[in-house]
Amino acid sequence: MKEGAPQLHPEAAGNLIYDWEIGEEAATNEAFANAAHITKMDIDNNRLVPNPMEPRAALAHFDPSEEHYTLYTTSQNPHVARLVLSAFYNVAPENKLRVIAPDVGGGFGSKIFIYPEEIACLWATKRVGRPVKWTSDRTEAFLTDAHGRDHHTTAELALDANNKITGFRVKTVANLGAYMSLFSSSVPTYLYATLLSGQYNIPNIYANVKAVYTNTTPVDAYRGAGRPEATYVVERMMETAAKEVGMAPAEFRRVNFVREFPHQTPVIMAYDAGDYEASLDAAMKAIDYGGFGQRRAQSEAAGKLRGMGMSCYIEACGIAPSQAVGSLGAGVGLWESAEVRVNAVGTIEVLTGSHSHGQGHETTFAQLVSDRLGLPTESISIVHGDTDKVQMGMGTYGSRSGAVGMSAIAKALDKVEAKAKKIAAHLMEASEGDIEIEDGELKVAGTDKKLTFTEVALAAYTAHNLPEGMEPGLKEGAFYDPTNFTFPAGCYICEVEVDPDTGVVSIENFVAADDFGTIINPMIVEGQVHGGLVQGIGQAMLENTQYDDHGQLLTASYMDYTMPRADDVPSFKLETTVTECPGNPLGMKGCGEAGAIGSPPAVINAVTDALGIRDMNMPASPNRVWQLIQDNGMKQAAE
Amino acid sequence: MTTVSMTVNGKQISGEVEDRTLLSTFLRENQGLTGTHVGCDTSQCGACLVHMDGKAVKSCSMLAVQASGSAVTTIEGISQNGQLHIMQKAFKENHGLQCGFCTPGMIMSAIDMVNRLGTDLDEKTIRHELEGNICRCTGYHNIVKAIKAAADEMAEVLEAAE
Repeated sequence: MKEGAPQLHPEAAGNLIYDWEIGEEAATNEAFANAAHITKMDIDNNRLVPNPMEPRAALAHFDPSEEHYTLYTTSQNPHVARLVLSAFYNVAPENKLRVIAPDVGGGFGSKIFIYPEEIACLWATKRVGRPVKWTSDRTEAFLTDAHGRDHHTTAELALDANNKITGFRVKTVANLGAYMSLFSSSVPTYLYATLLSGQYNIPNIYANVKAVYTNTTPVDAYRGAGRPEATYVVERMMETAAKEVGMAPAEFRRVNFVREFPHQTPVIMAYDAGDYEASLDAAMKAIDYGGFGQRRAQSEAAGKLRGMGMSCYIEACGIAPSQAVGSLGAGVGLWESAEVRVNAVGTIEVLTGSHSHGQGHETTFAQLVSDRLGLPTESISIVHGDTDKVQMGMGTYGSRSGAVGMSAIAKALDKVEAKAKKIAAHLMEASEGDIEIEDGELKVAGTDKKLTFTEVALAAYTAHNLPEGMEPGLKEGAFYDPTNFTFPAGCYICEVEVDPDTGVVSIENFVAADDFGTIINPMIVEGQVHGGLVQGIGQAMLENTQYDDHGQLLTASYMDYTMPRADDVPSFKLETTVTECPGNPLGMKGCGEAGAIGSPPAVINAVTDALGIRDMNMPASPNRVWQLIQDNGMKQAAE
Repeated sequence: MTTVSMTVNGKQISGEVEDRTLLSTFLRENQGLTGTHVGCDTSQCGACLVHMDGKAVKSCSMLAVQASGSAVTTIEGISQNGQLHIMQKAFKENHGLQCGFCTPGMIMSAIDMVNRLGTDLDEKTIRHELEGNICRCTGYHNIVKAIKAAADEMAEVLEAAE
């Protein structure tokens, strides 16, 4: 962006990709003109490499007799991959291209995108007449998988005399790397600036985002995608502003919480439900907030520095009504599809457009069906990840598989149940309205008449005795298009101890209180939170992507890029509070990204609290923390 | 080309390999034992961990010829009579895996941990001992829980056998 900097693409003068704004600038400036207090900070969000443990791989095969391609690939969304490969890269028409992405070893966003290697395999297989396989090694993954974050922000918060927020002004430069990637137009804009209201009632917000090209790997969606960057800015500002006006950080947040729903923010989002005080209270109780002073005194007695920091995050998931994203420029609709196939013997296959690469859909989705029909989960199979089996789907990202994918399954189940009830009513000569489905049986309410689900399924397929005009079979599909985003929210509190001699930070306690709406499988949801938390803690304490001045990636292996190891992190204490999401039939909000969104500011707020400083960048590595201690003369103070 | 012979999961096998062939490549490509995974190129991630003569080794960091004459156990070789190993069962019951890519190495590493240190393992020891295995999904919380649960169960089995 500097004057005289090399120009990377002729169409982007000054390497500027776009200069984008949201909110009311004049009204926000006026709030600042009348402010009783202004907090201003420069906040960087460090560049990360997603690092799913399975590196990307592709195997392409061309069948000349059918003019048909098959691509096995590590994709989070095989149907979108097929669509893009067909419509934009002209590999083959969709009916001549099958994309299979079976069990994929993690994704975290990096496997949403279409990369050149898959296309090269497809091209090469036809050319050489043999299957062509490519497997990324780890260093190739560091160099070519889309990176995440890399924001440079100046933020200002305006308060009135009662410490209520009156305005929020944010200027961000987003480094998108050498080329635009699939979602990189939306990550620093609609997935970022629309969340700058946080959990708070902020009447005036203005944000300006300048996206720029640099000679680095493209940046795109990585677990949270825009929302971690927003939460980091908002929650670093909240903690700092509270300290500047002499309020406890929790109380400052309480004064500014949104308390009435629905709540329209000044930056597009309409929050549908939540209880932010409930998660704050749950987190404070779980971490024994009142006992912190004593714990701090004990640390000090042992020559250590102790600090506590919190983060009250909100995210927008479920992404989102197709019409709404279309009006914002999205190239696709963001619904999900499902098909429930009941076999003649009463076993069930559920075909879903969601994709499981570690989220346990095979378990949770089967539980949903099992609970509804009273059938054992063993008789229910979840089918995903193959464009020849599932007709169409949007895949898994943005914490959408529960709220959107399972809602589609629920809709298809509604239709299956309705038809099964009609058949059962006909066979038992009862009224359709009297049929109840329970424990794998269709019963006539108030009588002992019943048929097993298997008997009804068999009747649907033998078709010997169906209601007048009914088609045989028992198979129903549904598409579900959400009416709004969902808004998971929660409160994370981190307590750290710093060794002033070495700069090593250890997390002593970490509490996460989340509101994900309805939860179907608590164990899987907790697993998602644990994993997200460690990715966020990794960003805050360990991970940092470094290039040298010649554009050489210095952190291109696990020798140089610090992945969180088991002994870098603690076990976690998790709490949940529940406000059901009114926007979908299951009341679910989504849980996949929360941990990575909420944890970085909690960690840095805790480290800055321990060090007694205001500003620092992530990661809080021993080297950086030790240097800050030296610069601030705190070693002496601690001794 | 060199002929290597070894016992893999109790079965005597041999194969022709180029001298440079890694043990992980030999297991995966010559023997079709694709449960052993390769997740990095610097012997950091531990997804390739197998046992050689009862000790944990990273199979991406040694040559197949170096393993010639030894007994190798991979993830495919630890269940018996169709029953999961206690460690596998504990990972399943405690949700100690998500995408599953690191899991074979984690489980082989965890069994080695119990073999070396005994069944009385605390959280700190387990976390420290997992230094050579990286997981990106679980945040380690449930892996640590699973290893502890398995170690406790293995202690009971040992006690019952005495």
